[in-house]
Amino acid sequence: MGELTRTGAADLGAAIAAGTVSAEEVTRAHLAQIDAVDGTVHAFLHVAADDAIEQARRVDQRRAAGERLGPLAGVPLALKDVLTWTKAPTTCASKMLEGWVPPYDATVTRKLIDAGIVILGKTNLDEFAMGSSTENSAYGPTRNPWDTDRIPGGSGGGSAAALAAFEAPIAIGTDTGGSIRQPGSVTGTVGVKPTYGGVSRFGLVALASSLDQAGPCARSVLDAALLHEVIGGHDPYDSTSIDAPVPSVVEAARYGDVTGMRIGVVKELGGEGYAAGVEQRFNEAVALLTELGAEVVEVSCPHFGYALPAYYLIQPSETSSNLAKFDSMRYGLRVGDDGSHSAEEVMSLTREAGFGPEVKRRIILGTYALSSGYYDAYYGSAQKVRTLIIDDFTKAFETCDVLVSPTTPTTAFRIGERADDPVAMYKADLCTIPSSLAGNAAASFPVGLAPEDGLPVGLQVMAPPMADDRLYRVGAALERALEDQWGGPIWRALDSVSKGDDPLEPPIRANNSTREGGMA
Amino acid sequence: MSDSVLDYDEVLASFDPVLGLEVHVELNTASKMWCGCATTFGAEPNTQTCPICLGLPGSLPVVNGSAVESAIRIGLALNCSIAQTCRFARKNYFYPDMPKNYQISQYDEPIAYDGWAEVEVDGETYRIEIERAHMEEDTGKSLHVGGATGRIQGADHSLLDYNRAGVPLIEIVTKPIRGTGEKAPQVARAYVAMLRDLLRALGVSDVRMEQGSLRCDANVSLMPKGAVELGTRTETKNVNSLRSVEAAVRYEMTRQAAVLTGGDAVKQETRHWHEDTGITTPGRSKEQAEDYRYFNDPDLVPVAPSRDWVEQLRASLPEPPAERLKRVQAEWEFTDLELRDVVNAGAVDLVEQTVVAGAPAQAARKWWLGELGRRANEAGVELAEVGMTPTQVAQLQALVDAKVINDKLARQVIEGVIAGEGDPQQVVDARGLAVVSDDGALSAAVDEAIAANPEAAAKIRDGNLKVAGALIGPIMKAMKGQADAARVRELIMEKLG
Amino acid sequence: MALSVDEVAALARLARIELSEDERAQLAPQLEVILESVAKVTDVATDDVVPTSHPLPLTNVFRTDEVRPSLPVEAVLAGAPAAEEDRFRVPQILGEEQ
Repeated sequence: MGELTRTGAADLGAAIAAGTVSAEEVTRAHLAQIDAVDGTVHAFLHVAADDAIEQARRVDQRRAAGERLGPLAGVPLALKDVLTWTKAPTTCASKMLEGWVPPYDATVTRKLIDAGIVILGKTNLDEFAMGSSTENSAYGPTRNPWDTDRIPGGSGGGSAAALAAFEAPIAIGTDTGGSIRQPGSVTGTVGVKPTYGGVSRFGLVALASSLDQAGPCARSVLDAALLHEVIGGHDPYDSTSIDAPVPSVVEAARYGDVTGMRIGVVKELGGEGYAAGVEQRFNEAVALLTELGAEVVEVSCPHFGYALPAYYLIQPSETSSNLAKFDSMRYGLRVGDDGSHSAEEVMSLTREAGFGPEVKRRIILGTYALSSGYYDAYYGSAQKVRTLIIDDFTKAFETCDVLVSPTTPTTAFRIGERADDPVAMYKADLCTIPSSLAGNAAASFPVGLAPEDGLPVGLQVMAPPMADDRLYRVGAALERALEDQWGGPIWRALDSVSKGDDPLEPPIRANNSTREGGMA
Repeated sequence: MSDSVLDYDEVLASFDPVLGLEVHVELNTASKMWCGCATTFGAEPNTQTCPICLGLPGSLPVVNGSAVESAIRIGLALNCSIAQTCRFARKNYFYPDMPKNYQISQYDEPIAYDGWAEVEVDGETYRIEIERAHMEEDTGKSLHVGGATGRIQGADHSLLDYNRAGVPLIEIVTKPIRGTGEKAPQVARAYVAMLRDLLRALGVSDVRMEQGSLRCDANVSLMPKGAVELGTRTETKNVNSLRSVEAAVRYEMTRQAAVLTGGDAVKQETRHWHEDTGITTPGRSKEQAEDYRYFNDPDLVPVAPSRDWVEQLRASLPEPPAERLKRVQAEWEFTDLELRDVVNAGAVDLVEQTVVAGAPAQAARKWWLGELGRRANEAGVELAEVGMTPTQVAQLQALVDAKVINDKLARQVIEGVIAGEGDPQQVVDARGLAVVSDDGALSAAVDEAIAANPEAAAKIRDGNLKVAGALIGPIMKAMKGQADAARVRELIMEKLG
Repeated sequence: MALSVDEVAALARLARIELSEDERAQLAPQLEVILESVAKVTDVATDDVVPTSHPLPLTNVFRTDEVRPSLPVEAVLAGAPAAEEDRFRVPQILGEEQ
């Protein structure tokens, strides 16, 4: 293991660029960590060890040849198994795509490779990104490194757990209703959902096309910002991609000054159903923001209560259509092709065998919501609620630069605790869904451990579309102030929790620039 | 067991036919609707596919701007309104030739709507109201293996080629066409022929029905005379030629009439036209009507053509067919009847091209409607496919005008050109069909004939000129037709005073 | 908002999923509960509210009509469960093309 796996991406990138350590060494250290802990954590569905070392060597060769590399060149990364990569299967954690190696790379994957980032492998998720706990994976759940009896969140639990287990310093997740932010919250890591259209969806296996976004996950705000800059930007292969430069997220992460920022606490996102420890840490963080110079007010978003039901109509509807392509005719699982079944029967038998219960549940729900006679009442109405929620945000952003809320009402619940209660499970997305429906930028930042269970709590920041930099400004300010309070990053507590050791020596840094207040 | 049909006249005595024509046009863009794959016809299977048109997980569509332009031009040419803004919708159903198991189409927001077109049949003009023209994508092609006729019934398995999947299609739908009476089949045919000519003039499609770049589904229903409600309609597919359009509509009218007069109800269903047997048969009946669950495609953003762009496209449209006909009629100095015959034969383009190639208009008309029309009918092909080009027809006429050949010989030349022996001049040379222009040889032949027919010769000398024909015939025969009959007559007159 | 087992069966047919009897029986009440909780969207979805199908105000995103290289046919068929003569092989199709 060693200190390399405790080092952040920015510092690793700088050390590799300075020649202090080779990219290969860094990759090997992380592969060793995966070997050591992933048997328990199960963050990865596929580790591309040979390819990763080759990628790392190529970065070392380029650096040796005098090439100027980007800030994350040679840094290893975990990729959620819902983005295509030609070097490994893309399974979406489903039996339907077991072993399917796509013939093309996602745009995000391309950008990572072009930046010299080393992809270690594909991480676990709830099947086809449907879920809030990663328990719906067809390949077994991922465990929360903070407490291996608990969920790491979902759908992107694998990516978040990989960070928290020090198997990678950065990861890519995807967020449709909270699948980056909620895992970030329950694993004490940073997870960002960019403005819808800010990151290309080409090569991202679609769940709900009008909601899906790939985004950066990391253990620090700056690392997330650097990764955001790599993957963001216009893509001519994605009609829904924004033709504008990536907002200045890295600058905001370095600067991190909230003086004079107007911060709105959303009244409707709190109270009953929210764990005491979650609310406590949230309120403390908000108080801290005031101390740091922000102006905090309460705002009301009266239609947010309708966001969850609207989401659970829109998402399944789009999903029921997006998942129709999985019919065994061209790729993937095929069941029943024994000469006695028609194509139609083989399609039905395959989909029955290949999809898990949650996927089937949502496909049937979505099929119902779109069917004739029901469209207006369900899908049509939900699209109207979407308008009302956008209006709530627009109104709130007239008086606020950002809005804040807890990321999710509770800390990590136990594996199996909500498995039989879909509606209870859906409630994990209460706070994250409104931003998804509106297409806003939103992120989760760790703000402490709940006193009652010692588990991480996340604070969600929401910003208007294209104002992703504001997220990083708030996140960086909080991070600096809290780490000062804690005497180090939040995961030091995890380290001592998981190993029972004394806190480690400070990790390697090439220089101290990332710890200063930036351009104050 | 074939369905019974009612005699056509009886059908019309009791019923008014109502038509609805849905025409699908494959656009001739270089690349597909959502991706850069080529659209060339006849490529090796699955060599013109990519993650996008295969609908692979993670793939996304991006609209081909050229297809939008063609869609607008088609709409304008059909006098439609062009939408201020319109969206794409997903039509959800499962079928192996559709990689995503939904077709991206347009549902309640077509790019063009509320237009009209006119067609002429036997001197009467019919106005066809156009409901809409919208953009959608084509499916892949399936090959059914193991069955008797390559058709789906009885096949053992199927093979899918997705080269065609994602090719841009425009679907043009008429409003119900009423008041055509006994001409319904011809009106249907004339409409499709008009569309074909229009689309060809716009240059947006190859419009080859036999290749599938122009497809027609014919909806037919019957209203008992005096009824106010429309009857139940059937939709007939697999109508692969203009001929089939007319025949299928006529057949359906007679079949439905037999059903109705027998006291039964017409079943609303999709039927399949069989060119060989001249009947329609029902498709697979579905237990429930398919629910397509249309919703706006979230992977695509609205298409909102600016009014400037629309006007720019309108200004660049080719001449509308009706105006063009007026113009050519004046240029060619045709009577209304003569023009109508050319229009009905679908030969306006051909005549025009022949004239452009140098032939007099009347001559062009004579050849295309006469000898070539006869041959096309016999061979069962369209005039344009008869095997002779307008340029060649003009060359032929030039040879006639130069008296190199006469009319009779010209027919033999036509036979040679169609048989692939080359251009008219080449056929004349190869077959030795040139009219003998050597007066010496002609003179000798005339002398021979005069000598062989002394009574006729005597009568001519006496002034009975009509008898000359009795000499001309044998002379022409002796010359194997390769003589200019007029010159022969002249020579006879010269020699016999 | 009662959803019968038959209705679930009909939806499963539309969605081409061969649900078992047990699954159908289990799904019906589950979906009912979900549908009840989502039904309240109709409370606020009044006629004057315009539906949003897209969070982005983009329009007219087009690409130029240019041919780009296709995938090699081996790559196209690489994941195919069955292939024959460079085509995807599928079992006997019962339904008709639309």
